[in-house]
Amino acid sequence: MPDSAAAKVRTNQEQRVLTGTHFMLGDHACAEGALAAGMDFFGGYPITPSTEIAEHIARRLPALGGRFVQMEDELGSMAAIIGASAAGARSFTATSGPGFSLMMENIGLAAMLEVPCVVADVMRASPSTGLPTMVGQSDILQARWGSHGDYGIIAYTPASPQECFDLTVRAFNAADKYRVPVFIMMDEVVGHMTERVIIPTADEVPIIRRKGPRHPPGEKPFLSYEPDEDLIPPIAHAGDGYKVHMTGLTHDERGYPALTAEVHDKLINRLVDKIRINAADIEMYEEFGTEDADTIVISFGCTARSARQAVNQARAEGMKCGFLRLMTVWPFPETRIRELIKGGKVKRFIVPEINLGQLRREIERLTQLPVLRLNHAGGTMPVPNAILELIRS
Amino acid sequence: MSVTEQVIQPAADIHPIDNLLRADRLPHILCPGCGIGTVIHGYAHAIAASGFDENDHVCVSGIGCSGRAAGYMNVDSYHATHGRALPFALGIAVHNPKLKVTVISGDGDLTAIGGNHLIHAARRNVNLNVICINNFNYGMTGGQVGPTTPLGARGSTAPDGAVEEPFNLPYLAKATGAEFVARWTILHVREFQDAVLRSMQKTGFCFIEVLAPCPTSFGRANKIGDGLHEVEIYRERCRIENGAPNLQDLDIDLIDENKSITVGNFVDIERRPFMQ
Amino acid sequence: MTKSAGNVVRQPMDLPLAQVPLGRVHVIAERCKQCDFCITYCPTDVLMYSDEINAKGYHYPMVAEGKETSCVHCRFCDLICPELAIYTTEVLDAGNATEDSDAG
Repeated sequence: MPDSAAAKVRTNQEQRVLTGTHFMLGDHACAEGALAAGMDFFGGYPITPSTEIAEHIARRLPALGGRFVQMEDELGSMAAIIGASAAGARSFTATSGPGFSLMMENIGLAAMLEVPCVVADVMRASPSTGLPTMVGQSDILQARWGSHGDYGIIAYTPASPQECFDLTVRAFNAADKYRVPVFIMMDEVVGHMTERVIIPTADEVPIIRRKGPRHPPGEKPFLSYEPDEDLIPPIAHAGDGYKVHMTGLTHDERGYPALTAEVHDKLINRLVDKIRINAADIEMYEEFGTEDADTIVISFGCTARSARQAVNQARAEGMKCGFLRLMTVWPFPETRIRELIKGGKVKRFIVPEINLGQLRREIERLTQLPVLRLNHAGGTMPVPNAILELIRS
Repeated sequence: MSVTEQVIQPAADIHPIDNLLRADRLPHILCPGCGIGTVIHGYAHAIAASGFDENDHVCVSGIGCSGRAAGYMNVDSYHATHGRALPFALGIAVHNPKLKVTVISGDGDLTAIGGNHLIHAARRNVNLNVICINNFNYGMTGGQVGPTTPLGARGSTAPDGAVEEPFNLPYLAKATGAEFVARWTILHVREFQDAVLRSMQKTGFCFIEVLAPCPTSFGRANKIGDGLHEVEIYRERCRIENGAPNLQDLDIDLIDENKSITVGNFVDIERRPFMQ
Repeated sequence: MTKSAGNVVRQPMDLPLAQVPLGRVHVIAERCKQCDFCITYCPTDVLMYSDEINAKGYHYPMVAEGKETSCVHCRFCDLICPELAIYTTEVLDAGNATEDSDAG
C-alpha cells in the first residue's frame, strides 16, 4: 500500500511512534496505535479484512525488538497472546468474524485468568464465510457474550482511521488497567479507508501499565488473585520470581483450583463487576443535540458517518434531532441513555446498524419508547438519505 | 546408638523435593496407582538438577488428569485450555527466551485437540520441553478412547474395542521436526529424569512420551487390575533401544503379550533455533 | 559372587573395599495411596504394609521386622512413588553420632 505511512516506514524502521501527519489506512493506523502503545508481541493468522494489520506489524515490529509470530490458526493465536502477556508482553492479535469465533474459548480463558490482551476484530458481513471483503457490524453481541459464561470485557468501535489509532492506544491501557481482554471492533469500511491520521510525539502517548505486586519476590507468598478495592488484583509475570499459578478452573485468591459454588459465584461476579463499577471511566461516546432532541440517532463505526450527515441535515431542516455515537459499545452506556430518557424530551430512538438489530436490543431493554431500526445484514453501509428518511418519518 | 536403632524410621512430614511442589495441595487428586504423580516427581527432580534458577522454570499444562500437573509445581505455572498448552507456552517462550518452559499434558490434549499445535511447534522448533503423559485414554472424563489407544483396547466410547490405529508418537515427533525424541515409562524413573534434564539443556523442541498407568479408567476397561499390574507389563515387555531404531516400528500393542514395547532416547539432534 | 559355567567362584578384587550404602526410610504416611509400587520394587524387600491406615483409609509402608539394615539407599521407592510419600536418607558412618546425608 504505497501511502505515505509506508514510505515513512521504510525510512523510520527504528521509530516506534511515527509522529507526524499521515494519510493512512485504518488497519495500518490500528497497527501504529498498537506499536505506539508499546505492543511487543503479535500472534495472528491472516484473515480478510484484517490481514493488513498483521502485515504492517510484520514489517514494523521486529526492528523495534518485538516478536511477530504467524500462528497456525486463531486458536493458537489467542493462546499465544495470553501466554506472552502472562510473561509480561503487551500482546495483540487481529482477526475477523470467523477467526473471532475460533478465539472464543481462549477469550474466556483470558477473562478468567485476568490476563490483559487486545484483539482487533475487523468486522465483515457474517455469519460464516459471508462476504469476506465487505462490511459488517454483526459481531457486536458476540464481543460481549461470545465465550461461554459470564465475564466482563471492553469493546471500542472506531469510526475513522484516526480513531483506529487513538482507540487502539486506549485499548492497551484499558486491558492493562482492568486485566481484561479488550476488543477493537472496527468494521471493514473503517479498516479499509484511508484518511488523515495525526500521530503525536512519543511522550504524548499515554501509557498506563498493569499493577504489579507491592512486595519483592520471595518476601511472602504472592496471592495472584487477591483484588484491591478497585476489584483488580496486581499481576506478577512468569520469570519475575513470584511463583504464580494461573488456571482456567475456578480459583481462590492463591490462584489454586477451588471448585465450590461459593468461590465461583464470588469470582465471576468480580469479573463482571470490575468493569461494571468502572464503566463511567471506560465509556466513550460523542453526542450533540441530544439534550432537547425528540429523536436521537444512536450509531457506531462507519454507520455513524452517514448518521452524522443525516442528523446535521435534519437539524438544518429544523428537526429536533440528536446524535449519539458510541466509541465504546461495551460497557454499553446505559447510564447516559437512561439519563436522556429520564430527561423526558426524547420520544424515539433510531438505530442504524449493519446487522439485524444487535445494538437495538440493548436500547430496547432500557425503554418502552419506540426504537426505529435501519438494518442491513451486511455488505453495504447505509447512505445518509436512508437515515434522514427515517428521521423525517 | 546401635545401627538397628539408627534406621528405625521416623515419621516424616516433608519430602526433600517439596520446595519445588505446592505441598500445601498434597496429596494430589490423582488415583492410587496413577503414573502422573511419578512424572511430576521426576520433573521436580529435573528442575532441581537442571542448574537453572527455579524462577526461570515455567510449567504449562492443558486439560485432563495430566494437565493437573502444572497446579502442583511450585514454579510459575499455567493451566490453559484443552489442547492449547503448546501455543500458550510458545507465547511465553518467545516473549522471554530466558525461561525454561516445560509443557506437561496428556495424550488426548496434545495429540487430538492439540494436534495441530503439536506439529507446528515441532516444525518451528520452539524451545519447549514437552512431556506427553500417555495413559492411552481420556482419563479425567471417564475413559474415552483417544488417538493413542491401542487397536482393540476398550474405552467408554469404544466398548467393543478401538477400531482405529493409534499414533506412533515418537515417529510423529521426529517427522515434524523435534530435536529430541524419547519414550520412557514411569518405571524408568532415572532414564525419564535424565531425558527431561537433557531437554532442558537443549534450545529446541523436545518431546518425551512417558507411558503411565490409568488403573481407574483404561486399566479397568482392559483387565489391567491396578497400576502395579500395568507397570509390570512395562517391566516385562519394554526393550530399551537408544539411538535411532526404526521409528516406524515403535507402535505400541498393549494387548498382545508377545509384542515388546520399545523405549529409549531415540533422537537428539540440533536444528535452527526458533526466533533466536 | 558370580559363578561361571565351570563352577569357579569369582568375586571382584575390591569387594572388601566396596561399601554398600545404608539407608533410612522415611514415610509421609498421610500421602500414601497404597499403590504397591515401593513395596514391590524394593530390591532388598525392606518394606511391608503397616496395619495402620492414614486419614484416607490407605495402609502405608513400614520397614519390615528384621529388615532395618537392609535398605541400600537405592532411592527407587522415592523416585517411583507417585505421591512423594517415601524417601530415604543415607546413614553415614561417622563415629558416634549418625548423620544423614541430604536425601536426593
